[in-house]
Amino acid sequence: MTHAYTPGLRIAERTKVTSQRVLPLLGDVIVKKGDVLKAEDVVARTHLPGKVHAINAVNRLGIQPKDLREYMLKKEGDSVRKDEPIAETKPWVKMLKAVLHSPITGTIESISAVTGQVLLREPPKPIQVHAHIDGTVIEVMEKEGVVMETTATFIQGIFGVGGETVGELAIAVNKPDDILTADRILPAHKDKIIVGGSFIQHDVIDKAKKTGVRGIIVGGFDDEDLKKLLGYDLGVAITGSEEIGITLIITEGFGKIQMAQRTFELLKSRTGAKTSINGATQIRAGVVRPEIIIPHNTTTNKTSGEELDKPIDRGMEIGDPVRIIRVPYFGKIGKIKSLPFTPQKVETEATVRILDVEFPDGSTATVPRTNIEMIEA
Amino acid sequence: MNVIIATDCGSTTTKAILIEKKDGVYRQTFRGESPTTVEAPFEDVTRGVLNAFAEVEELSGRKILDGEKIITPAQGNIGVDIYVSTSSAGGGLQMMVAGAVKTMTAESAQRAALGAGAIVMDVIASNDQRLPHEKIDRIRHLRPDMILLSGGTDGGTVTHVVELAEYISAANPKPRLGMTFQLPVIYAGNKEAREKIKEILSKKAALNITDNIRPTLERENLFPARQEIQKLFLEHVMAQAPGYKKLMSWTGAPIMPTPGAVGLIMQTIARKNNINVVGVDIGGATTDVFSVYGEIFNRTVSANLGMSYSISNVLAEAGLENILRWMPFDIDESDLRNRIKNKMIRPTTIPQTLEELKIEQAISREALRVSFEQHKSLAVGLKGVQRERDISEAFKQEVPGETLVDMLKLDLLVGSGGVLSHAPRRSQAMLMMIDAFQPEGITRIAVDSIFMMPHLGVLSTVNEQAATEVFEKDCLIHLGTCVSLVKGNTGKLQEKCISYKIAMPDGNKIEESLLYGELRVRPLGIDQTAEIEVLPAKNFDVGAGKGKPIIKKIFGGVVGIVIDTRGKPITLAKDKASRVKQLQQWAKAIDAYPE
Repeated sequence: MTHAYTPGLRIAERTKVTSQRVLPLLGDVIVKKGDVLKAEDVVARTHLPGKVHAINAVNRLGIQPKDLREYMLKKEGDSVRKDEPIAETKPWVKMLKAVLHSPITGTIESISAVTGQVLLREPPKPIQVHAHIDGTVIEVMEKEGVVMETTATFIQGIFGVGGETVGELAIAVNKPDDILTADRILPAHKDKIIVGGSFIQHDVIDKAKKTGVRGIIVGGFDDEDLKKLLGYDLGVAITGSEEIGITLIITEGFGKIQMAQRTFELLKSRTGAKTSINGATQIRAGVVRPEIIIPHNTTTNKTSGEELDKPIDRGMEIGDPVRIIRVPYFGKIGKIKSLPFTPQKVETEATVRILDVEFPDGSTATVPRTNIEMIEA
Repeated sequence: MNVIIATDCGSTTTKAILIEKKDGVYRQTFRGESPTTVEAPFEDVTRGVLNAFAEVEELSGRKILDGEKIITPAQGNIGVDIYVSTSSAGGGLQMMVAGAVKTMTAESAQRAALGAGAIVMDVIASNDQRLPHEKIDRIRHLRPDMILLSGGTDGGTVTHVVELAEYISAANPKPRLGMTFQLPVIYAGNKEAREKIKEILSKKAALNITDNIRPTLERENLFPARQEIQKLFLEHVMAQAPGYKKLMSWTGAPIMPTPGAVGLIMQTIARKNNINVVGVDIGGATTDVFSVYGEIFNRTVSANLGMSYSISNVLAEAGLENILRWMPFDIDESDLRNRIKNKMIRPTTIPQTLEELKIEQAISREALRVSFEQHKSLAVGLKGVQRERDISEAFKQEVPGETLVDMLKLDLLVGSGGVLSHAPRRSQAMLMMIDAFQPEGITRIAVDSIFMMPHLGVLSTVNEQAATEVFEKDCLIHLGTCVSLVKGNTGKLQEKCISYKIAMPDGNKIEESLLYGELRVRPLGIDQTAEIEVLPAKNFDVGAGKGKPIIKKIFGGVVGIVIDTRGKPITLAKDKASRVKQLQQWAKAIDAYPE
């Protein structure tokens, strides 16, 4: 299990995972507490208000705003069909009659005697929220949604794009430092979530999309390829709503970086399991990292009485394994050799809290404490 | 009032400072900080405040808390006389503004909201080129903390502002915090439209009506709207945030949005010293720019320009080319892009190598430059005003709507935020600010030592003396004075540019000259002043006109006097190798980096 020192990443073989499934607006929750659900099951539904259309009625009819109501054939709240007349003038000469037709099917929202506008609203659009994970409803929030719970392998990525998807887990490489190349994407990967090693390029993602792969989990990725994938330069790390036809989660960072051995081994051990992933990332206060949830015991969804991994909730100690998350030792793994109390000068001449790390080959390095994350052996 | 404790509850850190009156003078004596606890698992801002207090207690030996109660008043080494606080936790104050005409009432509304300390998520105007349904969709999806609606001068257009109210009503927007609460809407437009606005909005929003922000075309009246925004910020936004009700009961003055408080201290200092000030606070997610020119205060926030969370957006907005032009070594573009993204996804990491530091400082120049450009475009004279010109004005090329930020009239440039305040060498901060802001003529430059401007801003509402004394003595670190060419002055490298004489405080006289394209530093310590006479060559101008000399008293600082003949805009060589050499020479001249 990993507990990032500052960014807060978790990697747990078996832990209790809860997930809030909430509607964007108040609506109806259609499941009850204790229900055991599949990821595909609907938990709540509502209607989003329809799109509003504005018509400058007075211009079209050649009348004054204060007279608009007089010429309206419909009033606020009335239903209208597309092309149905909603207002008309009453001239002496019939030929001069102006008629205003509704551009949509919907209802009359408002008629303004000040602006001369008529606002029409399209019918409400139904939306529904799914369970997303196989699990149990442990709480119902009236009219808002539910809290789902399951016991699962739980891995947070560092960054992702694309939204929620569910599929069977498949490993597409042999080792965590392998590059996921196009030839490793197989027809059998259709509808699956595949795991790569250290790196993937844009053309390989394209092939995966064409093959019907639902999601990719990989160590690193180039920013240049992200720009190609999204079609624009991503400015702020608020993602999840992109419509790119696939969900991509990177576990380590940008560039070619070997996937952490433990992450890779853990994913490999769950090959074939039903996996729920979400690329949504929000790096702000209230950070959201992409998630990989692979429920255990999918037949019973028991969530109690099992031994569970818990996040590390203590400070650093000598001997703790750590990963360095910034140049010049980016991606290297070692053990804390010492934790000097007094801040020290680093190469930049900044005086900061540091620690000494010993690498497996016996070499050591001094690193600012903010530039490491703790990992479990 | 002898002992004051103040906090700023930021998105990530709650910073506390202790101010004590010693020998009749207020000084900032101790500080403590702790992670902000607005988010889960604590969901109570006061936990972080108490932790920060505990650190101050430990360092100062002063007992501030009795359990979870602040001890007041101060007696000896126990208790404090007042507690004040600012807050930007939970994303600060996020607003949407609307006005009839984009460059008139909508722009005034934007200035009112920004000046109150808000982030403006969008500006809706009748003539903003968007179709009605697009505006309605945008209003519905934004979920701001509140909306400021303006439009029309008093007695002027009613139609446009009513139309905007109809859109807001149709969108039926919900507030960001608290699903079941009504969204606060402030109406500060044509008073003739008030009844209509009430009819349309009073059932769908928590409507508040205040004075028109643009009662006539010639007059902007932002103060009442700003007051209303800050009142609603406390009543609605803060009241919804976890733990704030308790925090509000502790403070001796209303909690202010952090940038609102920074703006206040800037205005106080400008007014007290009768100077024009530009200030910048570059954070991880946002960059705030403040300017005070005479009576006019402006603040802008570049919501997505910052050095960690938003660092990638600096790349997106400024462009790779503009960042690369400040890079004092050759770097592979793909590598640079990945490094920027890695900082974005791990925003709390810091540069360990000199190369990484130089990369961050190059990016910061562009973040500052773009933020300042955005500020200058909003800090403008009122548009749409019919002006009578006297004969002297008739010869000036001033156009209404031109920026009020005249770099030649700027007296003091203040920088704040990690990349400036915590730069390992102060000369790095000075060079970053000169490169980004490109001051003209003679300008004093300073940095905020430990980011205490918010604390002092809110303190100035209850004790201006304490706030200004601490600002002068403990908050500002004067870097020195920059002597520069004015805008439009460019020349040929190695061309004779200026000569100057400096009468130093010890009686020595420096007489030197400088070619075009160079940078030179002469030491002049903090609290020292000197007199400088600058004589530009006939094609160059340092503020008095081409070839005309200026004589001025200048102030020292930890860096000293920086004489800059690199042109305005700074002339950078077009080919990469020469540019890298130039940047290295300038960095060496100011002793920015170790050899």
